[in-house]
Amino acid sequence: MKRIALLGMPNCGKSSLFNRVTGASARIGNWPGITVDLMRARLLLGGQMVEMVDLPGIYDLNGYTDDERVVRDFLGTQPVDLLVMVVNAAQADRQLRLFLQARTLGVPIVVLFNMADEARRLGIGIDPAAFTAHTGAAAFSLSAKFGDGVPDALAHIGRTLASSAPTQARFDALAGADLEHALDHLTRQCIDTPITLSASHTDTIDRVALHPLLGPLVFIAAMALVFNAVFLLGAPLQEGIGAVFDGLRDHALEPLLAPLPAWASGFLIEGIYAGLSTVATFVPLIVLFFFLMALVEDSGYLSRAAFLMDAFMSRLGLDGRSFVMLVMGFGCNVPALMGTRIMRARPLRLLSMLIIPLSLCSARLQVFLFIGAAVFPAVWAPWALLSLYLFSIAAAVLTAWLFRKRFASREPFALELPPYRLPTPRHVLLRGWHEVRHFAHRASRFIVAGVALVWLLTHLPVGVDAAGTASWAGQIGGWLEPLLRPIGIDVQLTLALLFGFVAKEVMIGAMAVIFGQETGTLGDTLAQHMSIAQAYSFMLFTLLYTPCLSTLATLKSESRSWRFTTLAVAWPLALAWGVAWVAYTGLSALTG
Amino acid sequence: MCALSELATGRDAKVTALRADHDFAQRLHALGVRIGRSVRIVRRGPLNGPLQLRIGTTDIMLRRAEAALIDTDAATYA
Repeated sequence: MKRIALLGMPNCGKSSLFNRVTGASARIGNWPGITVDLMRARLLLGGQMVEMVDLPGIYDLNGYTDDERVVRDFLGTQPVDLLVMVVNAAQADRQLRLFLQARTLGVPIVVLFNMADEARRLGIGIDPAAFTAHTGAAAFSLSAKFGDGVPDALAHIGRTLASSAPTQARFDALAGADLEHALDHLTRQCIDTPITLSASHTDTIDRVALHPLLGPLVFIAAMALVFNAVFLLGAPLQEGIGAVFDGLRDHALEPLLAPLPAWASGFLIEGIYAGLSTVATFVPLIVLFFFLMALVEDSGYLSRAAFLMDAFMSRLGLDGRSFVMLVMGFGCNVPALMGTRIMRARPLRLLSMLIIPLSLCSARLQVFLFIGAAVFPAVWAPWALLSLYLFSIAAAVLTAWLFRKRFASREPFALELPPYRLPTPRHVLLRGWHEVRHFAHRASRFIVAGVALVWLLTHLPVGVDAAGTASWAGQIGGWLEPLLRPIGIDVQLTLALLFGFVAKEVMIGAMAVIFGQETGTLGDTLAQHMSIAQAYSFMLFTLLYTPCLSTLATLKSESRSWRFTTLAVAWPLALAWGVAWVAYTGLSALTG
Repeated sequence: MCALSELATGRDAKVTALRADHDFAQRLHALGVRIGRSVRIVRRGPLNGPLQLRIGTTDIMLRRAEAALIDTDAATYA
């Protein structure tokens, strides 16, 4: 099969192009270096099947970061028919440097000047014909985001591939390539740049977003807005889905399963169905959260957060990128951990990886949304949630500060501040859809197994009261109780924590089984079962204790160190207990 | 002639020398900071935070300690 590889710098819109062409929905981050895994897709081009590989965004073919090595290794070992170089047209004056390196590899190249719309708005004109005349490489202007110019470029690529042969890259000419003069020359020949840019919208927004006092306020306000919107819009949807599942159970499932023996229908209805339907009610919340986060992320705002936080993070032995990865961890810890590959110094990377699992991921968010809505008065619930986010950041800060000497490093911090972009509905929808699919995928693997396991542990040995002290689960809870009683966590909640170790998605489903409740009524039961002090202590413990199994596996595979992984498990566990104890003792005293 | 970290905010200057090590110089090149290029500090981050630099149409952030390794000459624009 013919193979083409996409090459380009971070923020050139390579992933956008890849998504548009392949229809897949790889993550699109307006943040340098977010694409770490190699994405592949097959597509029909010019009447033949072609494999397209999305290489990580890199600045330099000669560099030493993991991503740069990945690209060199790939091109050095995998023959490709055509290298498709994606260039951010608005920054062509520096991104073409990578083209000048790539053309020494001896592989045929097509250059795509992406974001032509953005460049035009900035008054930058690109002349693809002059570029081709000057370099011999075919060139096209297009907008991957809106699709303009994409069909022409693809048609040309298809025609080129018809007569191409796989070529392996050679790196012998790379070191000697004249880059600086050639770049100036090329820029003069085919890029028309205005001398001073008109005061763009980005500058106007930045005057507020990067303001020493207003900037942090804007950040907190943006986050508060996201969380309140999730609650406000999500709660009615959640109730609706819960009602649908309850109706299905009463009118379809129960009559259908009636002929089965009691234990079997109990396992299927109270175990699997109750657990699954509880989890399903969270889908609208997850969708909303990721739609809103996609808006924030694709807009280019996250780099501003890095700028604002760098002074603070540098005192903790970290840099602005660590802060952004921490915020990315609010979605899911796993990609955030993988995103630290852009850091070169290992101590800096390890310290970042130590604090990322403390950030409140979407799986934990479900648990807090449920308990918050069930136990707290409606006016407090969003603020309880916001306080958990602040605790999450505070725990990360404390951890970094305590361990900054152990993981001391010195890495230059140089990062791009991309112009703000208006995310298109298509992007935002694709992102939200991708996250939901990812969630459903994990759900099918983890949650069903988890919920079934909980039901078995709470109903065996045969004949015991469900989740009673005599059941296997009750016995395990009994062993751990002396350890967790001081923080207000009883036997049933201990069990939920135990299952939360596998994945936080399982917890609510597990609670439904542990308390023997249906989707609609679990909230009421929890409200009666827990005081506010207990609920808050439980949420804090859930926030900070051992990350899920997937995070654990990523910590191990990325650090390649059992010692580090052990530390990353033991320390949050101790911290969780301490923080929950303080909160429980304090709140119990306050609320009497 | 002054270090980039000392350059007045909003003033254009030409990069005259990079005193960075090989790796960092490569990264600066990739970001567009090269000898002969015109550079301007758009703003200085609060509490001794990073600098926001503008090179051509690209904005980057750089810490003051690293900016001290870049020499600039503002005279030609005075």
